[in-house]
Amino acid sequence: MADALLELTSVSVAFGGLRAVQDVSLRLMPGTLGALIGPNGAGKTTLFALISGFLKPDTGRVVFDGHDITGQAPHLNARRGLSRTFQIVQPFAAQTVRENIAVATHLHEPRRVAALAEAERVAARVGLAAQLDKPAADLTVSARKRLELARALATRPKLLLLDEVLAGLNPQEVAEMIPVVKAIAAGGITVLMIEHVMQAVMHLAQHVWVLAQGQLIAEGSPAAVTRDPRVIEAYLGHGAAARLQAA
Amino acid sequence: MARDLTGIVIFALAVIALTLLLSSGVWLNALMMTLYAALLALAWNLLGGFGGQFSFGHALFFGTGAYASAVAQVTHGINAWAALALAIVAAAAVGAFVGAPAFRYGLKGSYFALVTLAFAEVFRILALSAGFTGGGVGMMLPLNESIANLQFGSRKGYVALMLGCVVAALATTAWLRHSRFGARLQAVRDNEDAARAVGVDPYRIKLGATIASAAFMGAAGALYLQVFQYIDPGIAFGPHVSVEALVGAIVGGMGTLWGPVLGAALLHALGEATRNLFGQLPGLNLVIYGSVLVVIVLFMPRGLAGLGDLRRSERGGRNG
Repeated sequence: MADALLELTSVSVAFGGLRAVQDVSLRLMPGTLGALIGPNGAGKTTLFALISGFLKPDTGRVVFDGHDITGQAPHLNARRGLSRTFQIVQPFAAQTVRENIAVATHLHEPRRVAALAEAERVAARVGLAAQLDKPAADLTVSARKRLELARALATRPKLLLLDEVLAGLNPQEVAEMIPVVKAIAAGGITVLMIEHVMQAVMHLAQHVWVLAQGQLIAEGSPAAVTRDPRVIEAYLGHGAAARLQAA
Repeated sequence: MARDLTGIVIFALAVIALTLLLSSGVWLNALMMTLYAALLALAWNLLGGFGGQFSFGHALFFGTGAYASAVAQVTHGINAWAALALAIVAAAAVGAFVGAPAFRYGLKGSYFALVTLAFAEVFRILALSAGFTGGGVGMMLPLNESIANLQFGSRKGYVALMLGCVVAALATTAWLRHSRFGARLQAVRDNEDAARAVGVDPYRIKLGATIASAAFMGAAGALYLQVFQYIDPGIAFGPHVSVEALVGAIVGGMGTLWGPVLGAALLHALGEATRNLFGQLPGLNLVIYGSVLVVIVLFMPRGLAGLGDLRRSERGGRNG
């Protein structure tokens, strides 16, 4: 078996009595696009925080690209090639789109002029070329999601963790965003995405993990996972799978 | 960057021309004190305006600089220019000493403000009780006018000295606006988590800004000593300097290049005007500062410099 780009081994974290993530293990192969799904409150975003270093797991190991990065600070992970977006967009509101992205391009480009120029190229990749000089605070929801994506991309990641980049978008905007994500994955960046929009998951993901109440309850291809009775019950409640079968 | 530097050169030439034209000691004194206030505000702006770390105790660095220079000159007989350099280094070191634990443990907002305030008070009490600072009596710098001694017969010499420091502070500010360090500092100010996610180490960035800010405050403290030839714990570490630094920057416009200079000039003009109207009421200028601050925060949250930006964007130009 080839080496995984990201490997979690029995990762757990608790907040007081709440066991937010319990004993999660997963292997994400390089060059693939994986999706992490699950009902609200399942611990998906917490798991992203554990991987990217914003939270430290109580137990378990996170190995990225052959290095143990368990609990390592986010900025060090970003330097290693692990980048994330935020579910609730976090722009540098007072700064323009170009300046926002340039903060990230500066990771590999110390010169200001070159960093700003590279920011323009990244903006073009996510369809923000027309709004380079707009302050981030003036952007629409859809453009802010693109900005999140652009900033993460600008760090030249090997692995991109996308936390609901499609949430809050209308169907038209979702349809426009899917090819952008697809192009990123096609460009050789490994992607792990949290997503509720099943249209996108079915369309994009090669492998799906299902998290419910902090535990992985299923994994496999999108089609297999959505037929899994445990997954249906996690979303729709106890007995739902049986009722669906009967109907 | 080129535009900012051109502006700074024009500013410096204008001040020099004004200094050469002025002969009245009163006006030269006003010019010197305005530059001094601008230096305080510019120093505070490096950390507060660009880094979003609001210090209420910048007198800590000012006092450190003033006392370092005084002790070096009076007690150890060190040359005044070397003492100035020493003051800058000492203030920067205190900046690192306070910044390192504060940022390591993630103190932000009002907690950081309180820590800086507390450190300034601790240093004031230490200066009152320690032997080598002269205690409450303070320290006198013997009068000895010569360029080598950094003491001038005419105010023009001090104006030149202050101008040099103000230009250096302006150049540092311009560099922040057009460099990777500055971009990262502003990113940390606007959203620390987002900055961390794209590879910025907030600890190092904030610490660097604190050290730079402290260094300029230290220079201001040493220059204060040269001008007034006297320092005591209340002057050095008291709240007055801290307030003057932050009000100048906030009134003028935080995170801008010219805002702190504008703010310092306005406050100084107001202070002088009220002094002429109401005489030398102690603490009156602090009342004015407070009132101006309230008005600015309520009606012009981006400060005086924000007005210019607003006008430009209404005309369809782009901010920058």
